[in-house]
Amino acid sequence: MKADATLDCIGLYCPMPIFHTANKLKELEVGQVLEVLADDEGIKEDMPAWCRVTGNELLGIEEEAGQYKAYVKKSK
Amino acid sequence: MSDKESITLVVFSGELDKALAAFNIAIGAASMGMEVSMFFTFWGLNIVKRNEGAIKSRGIMRKMLNRMNRGGARRLPLSKFHMLGLGKWMMGRLMQDINFPPLEEMMALAKESGVKFIACTTTIGMMGISKEAFIPEVDSFAGVATYLAEAKESKVNLFI
Repeated sequence: MKADATLDCIGLYCPMPIFHTANKLKELEVGQVLEVLADDEGIKEDMPAWCRVTGNELLGIEEEAGQYKAYVKKSK
Repeated sequence: MSDKESITLVVFSGELDKALAAFNIAIGAASMGMEVSMFFTFWGLNIVKRNEGAIKSRGIMRKMLNRMNRGGARRLPLSKFHMLGLGKWMMGRLMQDINFPPLEEMMALAKESGVKFIACTTTIGMMGISKEAFIPEVDSFAGVATYLAEAKESKVNLFI
């Protein structure tokens, strides 16, 4: 999936991935896509929950060999 | 009151593990766009005491209490397996191992995210602790009405 920016959260545990996602997304424009790399599997549940609450769109989460790529579209 | 959703946490406990849980939730909530207020009361005040210097107080009982209950984010024991500090040291190593920020860093992140720190004046009065004993990050000193006014408007209210 194509992204406008990438955030590396490999090796970080809750709440750091969503903390960094929230801050990183502030730098993006509405409509741009942020790719978040993570290896804490909590991200599979936490990123959808974070997007639901903050009103951003989760385009998808890809999983490969214990690593996750979450794609978040800034919606507001 | 703003139209943002909010959360309040009563932090009653003064142990490292419970403090970490409280700040974890506070940072998470702030990252989800919520307004966060943390009310530190009783032993929880130890989390927001300065690490340096002595706690000045008057009277033999208060002097004794404040010596035994010195507090400061770096001095908090674990609620379980503290083992005179050995358990705490090991927990610190495990946290380092997974890149988990130490408590003081969590507190700084919470502050950066706009989390409000409120210290309970009743406990401060009872224990005879001066305001100078607290870190400057404490936003205000207040009582239960302040807490309830915020809790009433919040969807999430936790007691830790």
